[in-house]
Amino acid sequence: MDHYSNPRNKKRMDDSKYIKQNTRNTSCIDNLDIYCLIDRDIIKDITFDGEACAISISSASIMTTLLKDKTITEAKEIINNIDNMLNDLEYDKDLIKEASVYENTKNTSRKTCAWLPYAGIKKIIEK
Amino acid sequence: MNREDFPMLKQDIIYLDNGATSFKPQCVIDKIVDYYSNYSANAHRGDYDISYKVDLEYENAREEVVDFINAKSKEEVIFTSGSTDSLNMIVNGFFAKLVEPGDEILITTSEHASNVLPWFKLATDYGCVVKFIPLDDYLHVTLENVKMSITPKTKIIALAHVTNVIGDVRPIKEIAKIAHENNIFLVVDGAQSVPHMKVDVQDLDVDFLTFSAHKMLGPTGVGVLYGKKELLEDLVPINLGGGMNESFDSPSEVYLKDLPTRLEAGTPNIAGVIGFGEAIRYLKKIGMEKIEERERQLREYLIEKLVKIPHLDIINLESESGIVAFNVNDIFSQDVAYYLNKYNICVRAGNHCAKLTKNVTGVDNSLRVSLYFYNTETEIDELVELLSDKEKIVREMI
Repeated sequence: MDHYSNPRNKKRMDDSKYIKQNTRNTSCIDNLDIYCLIDRDIIKDITFDGEACAISISSASIMTTLLKDKTITEAKEIINNIDNMLNDLEYDKDLIKEASVYENTKNTSRKTCAWLPYAGIKKIIEK
Repeated sequence: MNREDFPMLKQDIIYLDNGATSFKPQCVIDKIVDYYSNYSANAHRGDYDISYKVDLEYENAREEVVDFINAKSKEEVIFTSGSTDSLNMIVNGFFAKLVEPGDEILITTSEHASNVLPWFKLATDYGCVVKFIPLDDYLHVTLENVKMSITPKTKIIALAHVTNVIGDVRPIKEIAKIAHENNIFLVVDGAQSVPHMKVDVQDLDVDFLTFSAHKMLGPTGVGVLYGKKELLEDLVPINLGGGMNESFDSPSEVYLKDLPTRLEAGTPNIAGVIGFGEAIRYLKKIGMEKIEERERQLREYLIEKLVKIPHLDIINLESESGIVAFNVNDIFSQDVAYYLNKYNICVRAGNHCAKLTKNVTGVDNSLRVSLYFYNTETEIDELVELLSDKEKIVREMI
């Protein structure tokens, strides 16, 4: 809830060093832009902006805190664990920290809302 | 009213998304089951009894539609897969060969995607221009603005009878008069009007009308394309194949059947059409005037309560249909919809397939309540109570 009311790192980045990736759900109206600054192998900074529901906003906020200063490999590991959690597979709770609050969305229509920011960052780091 | 006829209403659910689709009465469900259980043959192959019965039931359904919208004859009623299919047939089968570069098509920014995108494609493919009739302060279409938008190049006016977000009822009869005085075709998307009010195509004098069965108690996957007979005669079938041809020997010797069969290639949605016929019988039994009146009462009741909630912003206060669009201040519409869902209340959040509407409302997304005659004041009371407490919404929306 706090990540929704006071989202961290919610700002648009016009700096061309940032990679911008739009991410949206086909089934609903969430629409976020993810901005990511990668230096060599490390996610130096990560922000987001856009209009979306409380789950997506808070999930994006948590994501920025989780992935900042992580290497691409570490980030991928965290994202995989979140993917596993949302798909009812085994995952490392210690690794994904606060993001584990979304476990209860896994069997609901809001699962895609929680996943939305990760779908965006995945596209960036897989490039 | 008539709630006992609807199996879905026996669930603990408050359904306020009738603009998206409606629930089905038991008689419609039974009619479909009866076809699949007792005479499940193909149509137009009346060599044996059960197939003959299919033909009778299928054509009876068409007769029901003819009577329901007061078409002149069966040739004017084509079964399609829905309003979207009907509109695409009109654009691609009729207007594509008629338009010339520079011709203008008038629509509005509050149309549903299905009455926008086919016209956009026509414009792209044939060099026509899509123009928008300006909406007034209430987001309604006025006759003055229609007249003002017409130029010597205007060939088509395509409008929803009732729009699916703003819910305004357009003065179609008067617009038809203006259109025809200027040799302009009028296409009307009736998806949100035909289920809720008496629509008489001869009285309105529309050239084409489209609507969908599932929004008026019928099954999904069935719709109607109404067109004046002389226009449908010139509508080229997009789909060619079984059922619609008379004979063929070579590419230059293909003979097609007469209307309406010519425009219904392939095995139609037989169960759907027969079920749709039953839905119309059911609606007629209640009476469209009575349905319209009941929805008007419900809307007034709802609006009267919603305007008293200070943190609500109602977008279409001035509209007359059973569609009410609003937002809870500072809360994303989808979060409110999710909160209401916790109390088994179904409302729609989003842009409702009318993505150009945000340009005029200034609101990207909204909540939409769309009523039908089977809704009740008690249901509205529950909705209003849940919306009244903003702190509760914020607390429970996640």
